[in-house]
Amino acid sequence: MKYMLMIYSSEAAEKAMPPAEMGAILQAYGAYTDALVKAGALQAGERLRPVTDATSVRVRNGKSEVLNGPYAETQEQLGGYYLIDVPDLDSALQWAARCPSSIIGTIEVRPIWET
Amino acid sequence: MGDVNPHAPEAGPARRAAETAARQSYGKLVAFLSRRTRDVAAAQDALSAAFEAALQQWPLQGVPASPEAWLMAVAKRQTIDTQRRTATSDAATDDLLLLTPVSTEDRDDADREIPDDRLALLFACAHPAIERSVRAPLMLQTVLGLDAATIASAFLVPPTTMGQRLSRAKANIKQAGIPFRPPGREDLPERLDTVLEAIYATFTQGWSDPAGLDPRHHNLSDEGIWLGQLVAALLPNEPEALGMLALMMHAHARRGARRDASGAYIPLAQQDPGLWDRVLIDGAERLLLQASALCAIGRFQLEAAVQSAHVMRRHTGQTDWAAVAQLYGALAELTGSPVVEINRAVAVAVAECEGTARGLEILDGVANDPRLSTYQPYWAARAHLLQRSGARDAADAAYAQAIGLELDPAVRRYLQLKRNGL
Repeated sequence: MKYMLMIYSSEAAEKAMPPAEMGAILQAYGAYTDALVKAGALQAGERLRPVTDATSVRVRNGKSEVLNGPYAETQEQLGGYYLIDVPDLDSALQWAARCPSSIIGTIEVRPIWET
Repeated sequence: MGDVNPHAPEAGPARRAAETAARQSYGKLVAFLSRRTRDVAAAQDALSAAFEAALQQWPLQGVPASPEAWLMAVAKRQTIDTQRRTATSDAATDDLLLLTPVSTEDRDDADREIPDDRLALLFACAHPAIERSVRAPLMLQTVLGLDAATIASAFLVPPTTMGQRLSRAKANIKQAGIPFRPPGREDLPERLDTVLEAIYATFTQGWSDPAGLDPRHHNLSDEGIWLGQLVAALLPNEPEALGMLALMMHAHARRGARRDASGAYIPLAQQDPGLWDRVLIDGAERLLLQASALCAIGRFQLEAAVQSAHVMRRHTGQTDWAAVAQLYGALAELTGSPVVEINRAVAVAVAECEGTARGLEILDGVANDPRLSTYQPYWAARAHLLQRSGARDAADAAYAQAIGLELDPAVRRYLQLKRNGL
């Protein structure tokens, strides 16, 4: 089963973190990604630039609107994702709990809509 | 339905009395109410209504002399009401009945001793026909009254899924005719194994949050020990039941020494023995002695003996690694478990001369087991031994794998520091 692990955390809180702590989390991400690869689970995964770099687009009545910023202003922002292929939800939740950001943010686990 | 959470924090003496009664008698009441019908879900529903009624009435009327008997009487009445309602489809009188004061007949009930059928309930929960992964959650819900959401969080399972698994298991007990009594002499050792395994799983779930940052996790260790004490009290002549309790108490005795003031992880070998809980250790040692007098060695007694060898350090100043390695050897022979081999490899590495190479050989011996590729302790042990042997690059890769698989942030941090120190 394929799942998207969506990593939500507060960009403001992350910015306020001591550099050593943030460095440790980023280093742990390297190890975490490797472990996903070695387990044969990793399909894709990326870190996203902060929402200040986001641009949102929508088309209404044939007219396009382009807005600076994210779709919604929230306390925690989507900061990255992993697309994983694992046997079941139980193991997807295991991986979510191992994600280094799970101690500072929330990992939303969503099954991929398979057609 | 059927979920009473006696652990929800809330003030008030009535609620506290209800919580105490719940902790003391929940399992007893569930066992008694469901023994004949084997309908655990119905018993829990009835009890849940009884606890609600208690919370409404006790603050007004005072806590009854025997809270347990009071709850039992109301729960029994609730069961009868439910049956009547199912028969007549008349639900109107239901709530009124619950709010009426306890009748004379109920007071008679209060004088009667409620028999303790919790052992039968435990054996039903851990019956081989119940799926292995649900046994521990089922015990937590039926014997201790934990709610499905709490159990789900501890076991990293979605709450709805846990709820469904629990309901299915309870339906199984009712419909598949799972017996509601302790097994006979000849089946006892094997069936007891599954009970002990489920209780120990509860304890180790709690152990996975040794910092106790998440109070729900932290509680699970206490629940495991509580269940272990219950089984040891109900089966005082079963050495493995005593051994398992000793094992849990040993591990629990060191909970205060596993973190420093800043929350950093401290491995067993570097812990300050002065921070270990002496009372718990002494209790564990007594249990182990009692178990060994019964002359039937087993997995849990051996594991407890390993703990015992570790804590000898508080008297001698050093760990008896040779004894630890030997005990793991006996355990490996008994269980054939790759997890035991990992522990043995680490002990051998310290205990023997040229032990590091021997330890790595032992790890190589289990390396092909596919389950170990995502098993954190295997990679941590491998990294540790590779570091000792001076193989820096290989150690670095093994540390990376261990860090990626670790769930506990403090341990992750510890491994990162070790890796950076290579």
